[in-house]
Amino acid sequence: MIKAILIFNNHGKPRLSKFYEHFNEDIEQQIIRETFHLVSKRDENVCNFLEGGMLIGGSDYKLIYRHYATLYFVFCVDSSESELGILDLIQVFVETLDKCFENVCELDLIFHVDKVHHILAEMVMGGMVLETNMNEIITQVDLQNKMEKSELLLADKCSFA
Amino acid sequence: RPMLSATRPQPQRVFSGTPGGQKPAKMPAVSKGDGMRGLAVFISDIRNCKSKEAEIKRINKELANIRSKFKGDKALDGYSKKKYVCKLLFIFLLGHDIDFGHMEAVNLLSSNKYTEKQIGYLFISVLVNSNSELIRLINNAIKNDLSSRNPTFMCLALHCIANVGSREMAEAFASEIPRILVAGDTMDSVKQSAALCLLRLYKTSPDLVLMGEWTSRVVHLLNDQHMGVVTAAISLITCLSQKNPDEFKTCVSLAVSRLSRIVSSASTDLQDYTYYFVPAPWLSCKLLRLLQCYPPPEDGAVKGRLVECLETILNKAQEPPKSKKVQHSNAKNAILFEAISLIIHYDSEPNLLVRACNQLGQFLQHRETNLRYLALESMCTLASSEFSHEAVKTHIETVINALKTERDVSVRQRAADLLYAMCDRSNAKQIVAEMLSYLETADYSIREEMVLKVAILAEKYAVDYSWYVDTILNLIRIAGDYVSEEVWYRVIQIVINRDDVQGYAAKTVFEALQAPACHENMVKVGGYILGEFGNLIAVVTVLFCHLAPCSSTFSQRPRRLSKRCCAMSWLVHLQQTVHNSDQYYVQTSEVVSPVPQATVLEEMPPFPERESSILAKLKKKKGPGAVSVTELEDGKREGGELNGGGERGPETASTPSPSADLLGIRSVAPVGASLSSAGSLLVDVFSEAGPAAPSAAVNDDGFLRFVCKNNGVLFENQLLQIGIKSEYRQNLGRMYLFYGNKTSVQFASFTTTVSCPGELQSHILCRPQLNVQSKPVEPLVEGGAQIQQVLNIECITDFSEAPLLNIKFRYGGALQNLTLKLPVTINKFFQPTEMASQDFFQRWKQLSQPQQEAQKIFKASHGMDTEVIKAKLLGLGMALLDNVDPNPENYVCAGVIQTKGQQVGCLLRLEPNAQAQMYRLTLRCSKDLVSRRLCELLAQQF
Repeated sequence: MIKAILIFNNHGKPRLSKFYEHFNEDIEQQIIRETFHLVSKRDENVCNFLEGGMLIGGSDYKLIYRHYATLYFVFCVDSSESELGILDLIQVFVETLDKCFENVCELDLIFHVDKVHHILAEMVMGGMVLETNMNEIITQVDLQNKMEKSELLLADKCSFA
Repeated sequence: RPMLSATRPQPQRVFSGTPGGQKPAKMPAVSKGDGMRGLAVFISDIRNCKSKEAEIKRINKELANIRSKFKGDKALDGYSKKKYVCKLLFIFLLGHDIDFGHMEAVNLLSSNKYTEKQIGYLFISVLVNSNSELIRLINNAIKNDLSSRNPTFMCLALHCIANVGSREMAEAFASEIPRILVAGDTMDSVKQSAALCLLRLYKTSPDLVLMGEWTSRVVHLLNDQHMGVVTAAISLITCLSQKNPDEFKTCVSLAVSRLSRIVSSASTDLQDYTYYFVPAPWLSCKLLRLLQCYPPPEDGAVKGRLVECLETILNKAQEPPKSKKVQHSNAKNAILFEAISLIIHYDSEPNLLVRACNQLGQFLQHRETNLRYLALESMCTLASSEFSHEAVKTHIETVINALKTERDVSVRQRAADLLYAMCDRSNAKQIVAEMLSYLETADYSIREEMVLKVAILAEKYAVDYSWYVDTILNLIRIAGDYVSEEVWYRVIQIVINRDDVQGYAAKTVFEALQAPACHENMVKVGGYILGEFGNLIAVVTVLFCHLAPCSSTFSQRPRRLSKRCCAMSWLVHLQQTVHNSDQYYVQTSEVVSPVPQATVLEEMPPFPERESSILAKLKKKKGPGAVSVTELEDGKREGGELNGGGERGPETASTPSPSADLLGIRSVAPVGASLSSAGSLLVDVFSEAGPAAPSAAVNDDGFLRFVCKNNGVLFENQLLQIGIKSEYRQNLGRMYLFYGNKTSVQFASFTTTVSCPGELQSHILCRPQLNVQSKPVEPLVEGGAQIQQVLNIECITDFSEAPLLNIKFRYGGALQNLTLKLPVTINKFFQPTEMASQDFFQRWKQLSQPQQEAQKIFKASHGMDTEVIKAKLLGLGMALLDNVDPNPENYVCAGVIQTKGQQVGCLLRLEPNAQAQMYRLTLRCSKDLVSRRLCELLAQQF
């Protein structure tokens, strides 16, 4: 089970937060700050797993994270998930973002928060993994984009008429 | 991170011809037809806000605007609604409460346009919690979408249920979803969503999800042709199997056959699910996990097939990798670790267990930190297996070494756990000694747990009690602050119950107390033991010197009764022991005079007799299940009844372990203090966006003075002085920043942020040009004080823009905000190169393409003193070459710039014209941008 997925940049500014368990807004913000604090103070070349922090509490959850240039991708998962599997999942997520945004950069995440959520929703649902096949995910996202476009076109036609 | 460069051929972004080659052509989709211009403008506005106040103002303005739009008479079109909802989501992400818009989002759900529906559902999944009053309305919309037979709408609705997952939703849909899941005409993508949706409802309301008639059809989803359906369904099946193992046990043979087809690559439909040459790694892991819910298959054929799979997986680990990419080995090892877990779970195949142990042994020494961590973790469970306990023990030296040398605290902690798990009577002394010596340097975060573990091991494996007493006293000496009450109660409890150790204990604590300084816990233990058994040794005076300072604190804190009791009880006993000797009596009354006699006579706190209180404490720390009850029983068996006969009855097994606080909110110390230096989230959300910050705001006066030198004062005003010391070697640098408060007033909320321009736009799969790492500084700078910050700098590739240092603090209530250019310039990474005249000119000719050369003719702005010029050129970092240029007036230099990726050769010629007070500067480098940049930097130096 995935409890939360967080993306923030090297300065701790959140770029995406998705909680699969309810917390109130203040706690969510506190969790993001604390998680950034925990993750960012770690050296490069140490392992990608860590325990501790309020998101974890005394439970068997772990933080599994990867650092990509300016962004940290952090998944909080329980012991039912394979650690290396989650690392692969993060990679699939990032590669998918890269395909969908054609060379993704931090600005894409800032200006298209909704899209990032939609892409994530094709992979993870209610804290469980829905799909790991990048082509399948991209097919679904493309389908959404097509529907969006056709609706926009339709709207344009109506306004001309 | 290094793995990124290994990801795949780097997709280079198309760069427009912007100066510096830094900004990619791609800007946010403001100009694209589908982009929401209003949203982009709003976000840009926020990034241009100079202060937190300005930002809050801008956000409030926007909220008011949206509210009025929502309330307005004019019906909003779908596009506008989507735009406003996106803005609200963005504001929410910045940490602001959103208290409206919910109704509008719910209305979007009933739109027949996909875009509107989608954004409505997104808003609800992010902002609506399960207690919302709107659930009924949302449920209505979901019901319509579920029956729409439009697969996209159905998926949106299922997602919403899975995300909110309230009881009310379960009541409404728990019977409908299984039907969708198993219906023959349901699309694959809908099936996937339905499976996870059902799982969520089962987790929140198991009583409402009745599987009965669906069970067999759900289990058979493991055979589904579509791997995505299997991927989603297996999570559901695993959860259901854990709760109802008997009803679902047919899944075992199905899982084995699915796994076998994947592992032997007999499946033909794997194409898209092959990840970096590994067939369906995620699904394989999940299948192996599902099997861990059950004992080994009874059916011989199924079992044979499974053992074959496990052997194949172990064999594959020894084969040469099909790819050098880290993703390949990650995926392969993910399966391997799950296979090993299953082998350990079965604990019945000695042959496989030994192979698993050997494999983990290999990983213990692997250069990938992740694998070392996971190997230590898996070995921990392996250590409890009867068949492999001995095999695990052979790795003790490696594990001890890991405890001592691993750089990563997560890994060290796993090593400590493993030592604890592999400990038995044969190695207890060695392991306890190692753990004790590690304690002296252990991270604060894990000290308390280490202390508990040492205490438990010492008790469990003590054969002679003197060793036990010595160990605990050492523990108090080394880590007294982390020795909890449970631990020192326990040693007293044991000493009291064992008369053969009492004399030794009394003698040892007596000696320990003669040290000039003793930890409070040592005094307490000493107080009890000497109080009880001081009569066994002749001398009892030693406590006084420690008691005097302690007792005053005891009496000041009357609520800490137990501590006072311990000291008092000793005094009471002391009085008895010395038979009311006048001399002692007088001393005693003097010391304890502030304490009422009644307290002195209070009973000693009762011992928790039934269970080792330390074990309970460790259990509490680790959550239920971390320490098994049998361990306690083992302790009793192996520990040779250390705790006196028959004290731990069968009740032990029923001792409830405190339920772990899953959210962990209560158990956490306030984090505010440690985070305050990170600053409020709102301040300057986009401050890192270098290019966006108007350049006028950046102070670069000091910057140019540091091109040819490394140390000095970078900035100074009436409040603050910033000094710099820096050193560079190869492509690495370290910069010490000294912030001095020149006033007599404290600076509050002092924060610094270092950012590299353009990093926002850089591709996230590419490494930045410059990597600057810093630790946060203390948020308070006292008047007249100076604080230091260290930056570690790595030059990845050549660069033009300097990193920016933003400093914020409050001085007497006013927020000070300052941005400086950090003097990190490309020339800092120069290695001087000596060469003869001939070589120089040969290389000069080789660099003859027009773009490789940069030249500037400029007027001297300082005197043209030879020594000054030479010093500056040397400070630049290049080698100053004599006898190269035919004209002795000219200066010629050579050097190589070291970046992580490549080396850039550079040649320089500086021709002074004393008469005209002019210089001509020429640079030739193997990279054209470097020539230009160096020329710009240097032209301002002479």
